[in-house]
Amino acid sequence: MDDKSGVINLEYEVIRYDFSKAGQASSEIKKVLKQLGINSNIVRKVAIATYEAEMNIAIHSLGGRIIVTITESNINISALDYGPGIENIKLAMEEGFSTAPNNIRELGFGAGMGLPNMKRCSDVFEICSKKNKGTKVDMKISLN
Amino acid sequence: MKLSAIKETLNAQVLTGEEFLDKEVYAAFGCDLMSDVLAFVKEDTVLLTGLTNPQVIRTAEMIDVFAIIFVRGKKPNSQVIDMAKERNITVMTTDYILYNACGKLYEKGLQGLDIKGVQVNG
Repeated sequence: MDDKSGVINLEYEVIRYDFSKAGQASSEIKKVLKQLGINSNIVRKVAIATYEAEMNIAIHSLGGRIIVTITESNINISALDYGPGIENIKLAMEEGFSTAPNNIRELGFGAGMGLPNMKRCSDVFEICSKKNKGTKVDMKISLN
Repeated sequence: MKLSAIKETLNAQVLTGEEFLDKEVYAAFGCDLMSDVLAFVKEDTVLLTGLTNPQVIRTAEMIDVFAIIFVRGKKPNSQVIDMAKERNITVMTTDYILYNACGKLYEKGLQGLDIKGVQVNG
């Protein structure tokens, strides 16, 4: 954690297919927000958004990072991964669409609700992806 | 409905969190899809599920769910029970299938969640 001029930065590495640790970053982010005394509705939105992002990275990517920046007015979440990228973002955003294999579905994920859930929790939601490069999801949740 | 009444209704065995049986929930949600749990569950809800992996505990943690009932006689491994214990989550197991467990609680007056207004494919 780094605290300059009231801005707090948190950064976590997410490892591909590590389902015993997946969720740990979101858990730590949630603890920090609670300690800061942030409204519980906002904490809940951030927790859902970061957890879905973390599971997405663990399930679908080669690995990635979650970066959270807390300012006076917003919580900014960036979830980025090292590939392989999303072929059709419009399709990926549809509720119920998923490319997750059966072993992931057995974990209770891969029902095609991850990205829509993340969008639902954010005030601003942006996703960009390049095939064979990676995906970046930026979410902003207002503190006011 | 108090967790102690849920335990009795479902003839359930408490795996951890016996000390919190006085806590009360106002709704129940039965589901094996964790993303749906994240999307629809509000606070003070008991989760009934047949999944027993660590992601169930993580999911509960994210949305402040403090009681989980594993149905169909399922028991998670000790790592999952320890995770629940660290987070003060009460975990029980019942031999009833999901449908019957939900039915028994509903019969006693515990309502399901209202998900009106949730858009599907929207």
